[in-house]
Amino acid sequence: MSEYLAVLVFLGVGIGMVLFTFFLARLIRPAHPYKAKNQSYESAEKPIGDAWVQFNNRFYIFALMFVVFDVEAVFLFPWAVAFGQLGLYALIEMVIFIAVLLFGLLYAWKKGVLKWV
Amino acid sequence: MTATEFAIISSIKVVVVVLAVLTGCAYATWLERKLVGHFQHRIGPNLAGPFGLLQPIADAIKLIFKEDIVPDNAERVTYALAPILMFIPAMLNFAVVPFGDTVTLFGHKIDMVVSDLNIGILFVFAVTSLGVYGIVLAGWSSGSKYSLLGGIRSSAQMISYEVAYGLSIMGVLVIAQTFSLNELVAQQASVWHWFIFRQPVGFVIYVICAIAETNRSPFDLPEAESELVAGYHTEYSSMRFAMFYIGEYANMISVSCVATTLFLGGWQGPFLPPVVWFVIKVIFFMSVYIWIRATLPRLRYDQLMYLGWKVLFPLALLNVMVTSLIVLL
Amino acid sequence: MELIIFYLAAVVAVGGGLMMIMQRNPVASVLYLIVTLVAIAVMFVQLNAVFVGALLIIVYAGAILVLFLFVIMLLNLRGEKFAEKRTRLDRPTRIILAVAFILELLAMFKQVAFPGRMDELMVQASPDFGGARPVAELLYTKYLFPFELTSILLLVAIVGAVVMARRDEKDKKRGI
Repeated sequence: MSEYLAVLVFLGVGIGMVLFTFFLARLIRPAHPYKAKNQSYESAEKPIGDAWVQFNNRFYIFALMFVVFDVEAVFLFPWAVAFGQLGLYALIEMVIFIAVLLFGLLYAWKKGVLKWV
Repeated sequence: MTATEFAIISSIKVVVVVLAVLTGCAYATWLERKLVGHFQHRIGPNLAGPFGLLQPIADAIKLIFKEDIVPDNAERVTYALAPILMFIPAMLNFAVVPFGDTVTLFGHKIDMVVSDLNIGILFVFAVTSLGVYGIVLAGWSSGSKYSLLGGIRSSAQMISYEVAYGLSIMGVLVIAQTFSLNELVAQQASVWHWFIFRQPVGFVIYVICAIAETNRSPFDLPEAESELVAGYHTEYSSMRFAMFYIGEYANMISVSCVATTLFLGGWQGPFLPPVVWFVIKVIFFMSVYIWIRATLPRLRYDQLMYLGWKVLFPLALLNVMVTSLIVLL
Repeated sequence: MELIIFYLAAVVAVGGGLMMIMQRNPVASVLYLIVTLVAIAVMFVQLNAVFVGALLIIVYAGAILVLFLFVIMLLNLRGEKFAEKRTRLDRPTRIILAVAFILELLAMFKQVAFPGRMDELMVQASPDFGGARPVAELLYTKYLFPFELTSILLLVAIVGAVVMARRDEKDKKRGI
């Protein structure tokens, strides 16, 4: 358990470091904001329209695929370390599991969802 | 070891590691500029100190004196939080990387690792998966079109390669039967037991995914300056920008450290002290990174997605299955 | 020390949860949810269930919440645009749900709060319960069938995503 405590200490030191640098920088840097400076960057032109543009919903599909296959990867982790004890039986199980998911991947592939347009 | 002793020793280790990593990040930028300079028949930085060695320090001083500009359009809280969310996961990876063998200092046995977690690899994977937030939120909160597009692109790229990234190390885990990074190093005592020789395919997939995960060339589309200016950190300046920059390099170094530990035998090596070997291997890996950057042109986004989902992911799965079959036989 | 960390994590988890539902800005809600999840992961680690803790971070904080963020950004839900629309049925529904929830909580308390009841309910777990190997040993032997069923579930998710993507495309072609 003490090992995990060290991670917490590490996290604390990391956050402390960031806050300290920000604080230090705040002390010494200049601050002269004015309207034109605080405009969003748009190649030195006045920004047109809202910055929150609509984007391709393809991104959402990829995020969904990612969740599915991330879960699969997570199932593989314990399987991998316990493989020595579990043996052939486990391999067959995992092949079935992966085959089902690969079928899904193939389906998405064939339907052209994985193609970027 | 008593509780106080433990507290003192770990605190010292944490501070040393954090400082070493920050110095490493600073000099990684120097190494990159110097190497890329020579690749392109330039000299690279050479004015600040001998061989330009003081250049990173000059850069740091310059950045800390820069004005911090927050666009009126930005979502202020998230905007302020994003650089920290980028930096912290990048640093946290170093908490589990073993830098060397156990040494005896002043009568204390000290492991050259901040914390030897028994789920070391999982920890690395978990922390890496949190790295997306800094980028998404930076892009979203900046209130700029370039930032938003860069952030979205980058995050979609990272999550697309994260699966193959996780699967690429699965082969090693099947052979080694452990998550602990210390044990993984111990299993690579002789050069022939390095996992790069037992898992060549896994290594190649790991390297490609690692480059994509860290948004480096040739997968640096989120920062493709010809189309997206500077991607998700377009609107950032001063120390906040520096945080992104350090985070990016810290990510590169941490990926190199993990690659060294998993595939290149960690700190093991003849004659020289373990820590030196570790640093040599990491610098080698970083140089490969930079070399790739100087050599390869940027991919198109559809090519990037194609490579991630239709090549690397099935290949990584196949690699795991074949490896486990071989282990079984 | 362990107790301090436990209470700290508990406070952070509950506080994060509260902040999550009280935020108007959906992105901030997601961030608070991450805080809550990390705090819960700390608790799992304290229970020696390190693998479960790591899993929580990887799957929930690292994947599902990224998906949430994507949805929020895709629908362009920003603070002020997220103002709620009240209908007449809102208030009664809320009251009914709240009462039901409180009753549920009370029922649960009744289960555990009686003296001696807790000891009866508790089962001594092996010290490494929740680690990767024990999980694997159970998952790939005793709970094999549910595990394989998961793959079907995930397959359904993929098919759903594909169908949605295709429908969007058709809409676009028709110019909607």
